[in-house]
Amino acid sequence: MEKLLNELSTECCPAYNLDSDIEIDVQVPENLKRNLSLGLPNVAESDLLRHFTNLSRKNYALSTTFYPLGSCTMKYNPLVNERIAKFDNFTKLHPYQDSKTIQGVLEIMYNLEKDLCEISGMDCFSLQQAAGAHGEFASLLIIAKYFKSIKQKRTKIIVPDSAHGTNPASAAFAGFDIVPLKSESDGSIVPEKLKEILTPETAAIMLTVPNTLGTFEKNILEISKIIHKNGSLLYYDGANLNAVMGMVRPGDMGFDIMHINLHKTFSTPHGGGGPGSGPVGVKAFLEPFLPVPKIESKGNEFILNYEKPESIGKLKAFVGNFPVILKAYVYIKSLGAKGLKNVSEQAVLNANYMLARLKDKIDVPAGCRCMHEFVLAPKALFKNAVRTLDVAKRLLDCGYYAPTVYFPLIVEEAIMIEPTETESKETLDTFVDALIKIILEEASLEPQKLKDAPISTAVGRLNEVEAARNPILKWK
Amino acid sequence: MNIPEDLKYTKTHEWVKIDGNKAKVGITDFAQHEITDIVHIEFPEIGKQVKKEQPVVVIESVKSAFDIYAPLSGKIININNDILESPEVVNRSPYGEGYLFTVEFYDEKEIESLLSADDYKKLI
Repeated sequence: MEKLLNELSTECCPAYNLDSDIEIDVQVPENLKRNLSLGLPNVAESDLLRHFTNLSRKNYALSTTFYPLGSCTMKYNPLVNERIAKFDNFTKLHPYQDSKTIQGVLEIMYNLEKDLCEISGMDCFSLQQAAGAHGEFASLLIIAKYFKSIKQKRTKIIVPDSAHGTNPASAAFAGFDIVPLKSESDGSIVPEKLKEILTPETAAIMLTVPNTLGTFEKNILEISKIIHKNGSLLYYDGANLNAVMGMVRPGDMGFDIMHINLHKTFSTPHGGGGPGSGPVGVKAFLEPFLPVPKIESKGNEFILNYEKPESIGKLKAFVGNFPVILKAYVYIKSLGAKGLKNVSEQAVLNANYMLARLKDKIDVPAGCRCMHEFVLAPKALFKNAVRTLDVAKRLLDCGYYAPTVYFPLIVEEAIMIEPTETESKETLDTFVDALIKIILEEASLEPQKLKDAPISTAVGRLNEVEAARNPILKWK
Repeated sequence: MNIPEDLKYTKTHEWVKIDGNKAKVGITDFAQHEITDIVHIEFPEIGKQVKKEQPVVVIESVKSAFDIYAPLSGKIININNDILESPEVVNRSPYGEGYLFTVEFYDEKEIESLLSADDYKKLI
């Protein structure tokens, strides 16, 4: 393990001499003055550099390894996005600047809203939300406000059991009751079953298309009819929009409101809790409820309009996470309409190639064709108390980031794989080879190898139970 | 798999022990095995009115979070506070010390919809 800087600190060889002769012309009351030293670590500059370089080399990242994390879409982040986002023109702006002095920024945001409308078939967008789940929450507030405005009491949101866990969580947080809907073995919805649970209190259904098992919802037009006939709204979780860009549009399928995860579809970095962006798109009748401020074009000028009396209000400081918005804009502009369609085609092709190599060897509950991701159910092949978790850990020893495991919950011992569009056939092949070897050979012949894994990583198998029950949250 | 004969069961893997108009509820051995090591349990308040098949308890394991459903409609009259600090008891003793709550039920007819041990065995 790499030592912490505090542990590397010594009494001698300071890395940098702070000038102690600076005169500070500020009156600090005696009781607020620090009387202990700052306690900064004392490390030679070369050791400091090595410390951070060594830490960075321990990273598992797309720039070091294949990252087939199903559902999460660990997409390659083109470096041109990063380069442009680092331009001084953007990094030296201040969020309190007058909107007259940030016309270029507002124009980019305005144009991105228009591009997202074209890609999704919605009428208007808001870029303010800080992440996908934040976009879901904003959408549910909009749905609530809409029904309030037409004086209907609708308190229930239908969520299929194949949905992302954030869907029921966001709906509950927005004050709705959740009605679960059992999906079929391929994650799809049977219109008759949907009809059975619809009531006059149903506000909306939240659907992910394609669903989390990687199949397209073939009944979507009929579902749309049923939902709208009931006076309810159709919500599109944009988590899997990356599979259908340029082929179908949620707006054309009948969706009234949706969110997009910019990192999943438009290649912005997938931050470990870092800044994200979850734009919300709506059909025109829901526009008055979008968050403020709304970016509008007035004459030759872009303005921030706060005067929207029916808006759900403000959800985040300022206008949104602009650098993330900018990177998505660069991606869209550098690929163009044809390029974006090609992204989805290639993502679907890559997933189907892997599935075709695996389907005769390992159970595939959703069938032999998929969209951009697929789910394996290796349970029947496991002997010797081997579980999916052990397969995932063993993959780390083979130099891969482990795929998503135990999700979706409707598939026992699930392994969920999403290769994304940028991986080469060689990468897909070597990963599939490793997976087949682990599940079909090692799991039966050398089960201990799986149980002991990982042995090649900086830390071995962690005691997840103990970590959750008795977490140690501070250093020493 | 341990499935005691004297209990009733649900399709969602709860067990029910009927005693007069009260029913003690927990999760089955099969359920605790599938949920894997439990790390956190979230209970409703005592006195809460619940409907049959409504989610009432949330059990969190290292794998995921799971809803536990009310097997009968009624009022929650007791929750097993002892397992809050040591949720592993549910894994160790799902039918004993690891029970979850007691519900005072209103409608005896609902009992007919519960499964026998044999039926539950067939289900899993």
